[in-house]
Amino acid sequence: MSNEYPEGLRYTKEHEWARIDSSSGANLVTIGITGFAVESLGDITQVDLPKEGETISKDQVFGTVESVKAVSDLFAPCSGKVVKVNDPLSDSPENVNDDPYDEGWMIQLEVTDLAEINALMDAAAYQAFLKDQ
Amino acid sequence: MSEPRRTPLYDRHVASGGKIIDFGGWALPVQYVGIIDEHKAVRTGVGVFDVSHMGEVRFRGKDAQAAVQRLVTNDVGKLVDGAAQYTCACYEDGGIVDDCIVYRHGAEDFLIVVNAANAQKDFHWFVEQTKRFDVKVTDESDDTALLAVQGPNALATLSLLSKGASDGLASFHFRKVKLAGAEVTLARTGYTGEDGGEIFCAPADAPKIWDALLAAGVRPIGLGARDTLRLEAKLSLYGNDIDAEHTPHEAGLSWVVKGKGYIGEDALAKQKAAGLSRRLVGFVMQERGIARHGYPIVDESGAQVGVVTSGTTGPTVEKAVGLGYVPADRSEPGSILTIDCRGKKVRAEIVKGAFYKRA
Repeated sequence: MSNEYPEGLRYTKEHEWARIDSSSGANLVTIGITGFAVESLGDITQVDLPKEGETISKDQVFGTVESVKAVSDLFAPCSGKVVKVNDPLSDSPENVNDDPYDEGWMIQLEVTDLAEINALMDAAAYQAFLKDQ
Repeated sequence: MSEPRRTPLYDRHVASGGKIIDFGGWALPVQYVGIIDEHKAVRTGVGVFDVSHMGEVRFRGKDAQAAVQRLVTNDVGKLVDGAAQYTCACYEDGGIVDDCIVYRHGAEDFLIVVNAANAQKDFHWFVEQTKRFDVKVTDESDDTALLAVQGPNALATLSLLSKGASDGLASFHFRKVKLAGAEVTLARTGYTGEDGGEIFCAPADAPKIWDALLAAGVRPIGLGARDTLRLEAKLSLYGNDIDAEHTPHEAGLSWVVKGKGYIGEDALAKQKAAGLSRRLVGFVMQERGIARHGYPIVDESGAQVGVVTSGTTGPTVEKAVGLGYVPADRSEPGSILTIDCRGKKVRAEIVKGAFYKRA
């Protein structure tokens, strides 16, 4: 699981992923961290996320992930308003290790402009980027 | 930066899926499966760590005991053949050179096991400071591999592998035994808060001993879990919790300051008489947040009064715990500290003793 990089997601150099869902009419973007990030962090023991209703801007630190080894910042891949937070992570942070792209999602943003997301790397570009790390 | 050095078990670590990192100049596994899983395996069963990177310094000669006593704070005279003790080596000002274990192999034959990161520094310090003694000081680090077998099932496993090898072996004692066909020294020591043993062997024998342990169901454990295990047991890590800037008294190690005639004795006696201005304490976070090495401990106004030296989430105690230096008048168990976790003020309570104590 952790070395997989699903097609259809967008990826950042800070190892976050973003998934666009426009089915409800609004532009919703779900954000999490990648298999590479999970692999580097090791066992995750705390995830701190913003509250619903907060507005965050691209590249801003919107939360932190604490692993047994270290602490790591979460950077916003795009600007938007937080409409949903994956609250179960506060009790089950290991979900991020077990399933980073599904159960381990972190926040959902409502964004007005998808340009920031579309400018991010796709799965192939991200994997090429990882090879150079 | 040169290539990190490899222990005799490097290939075994790779074969077992170890995630190899550069650990202070040594290529060693931080984990195989995961730190929490490995941590729990040691707390509930038995695991083995490759700690061959640690340093071993041998003292042989008529003055071996006097030379070792000159170097370490604990009372070496209390040791009998086959016994070991935890101790510190200090500078004249009482600052800690290293923490180590002294093994008495004979009246004129002592071994000091030191931290890997300090091995070179310690060896030079030991040689320099014992010149006036009739003793030969030898760095045996390259000729020694060291495996730590730890956990509630450790001794039983060792006795199974080597007919009664650990039977009747008291804590902090050691003996020569045969294990997997090799002559080894088995010591009942460790750094995890669990019972267990440490196996000193020739580098060439290390792989077959490792294989025999794994075949007996012993789990390979990485250095990540070694850190969480030692921290739950409130065992200090040199470079994190203790260093040249702090004394054994400040680090809560007065119990190993029992010797006479060692380097730093005057400074430590003076400090004890004058009273301590700061102490190393253990704390449990009272709110969400994990304290990390270097985070400031602050007072009500936000001014720094101390510093976190170690911190993590304890996988067995299931709490965020840590160690840090605080002013002596804030060091009472039950006191509340404020830790600046990257700008966020988080409360922590000082607790007495180890976070984890085995049953």
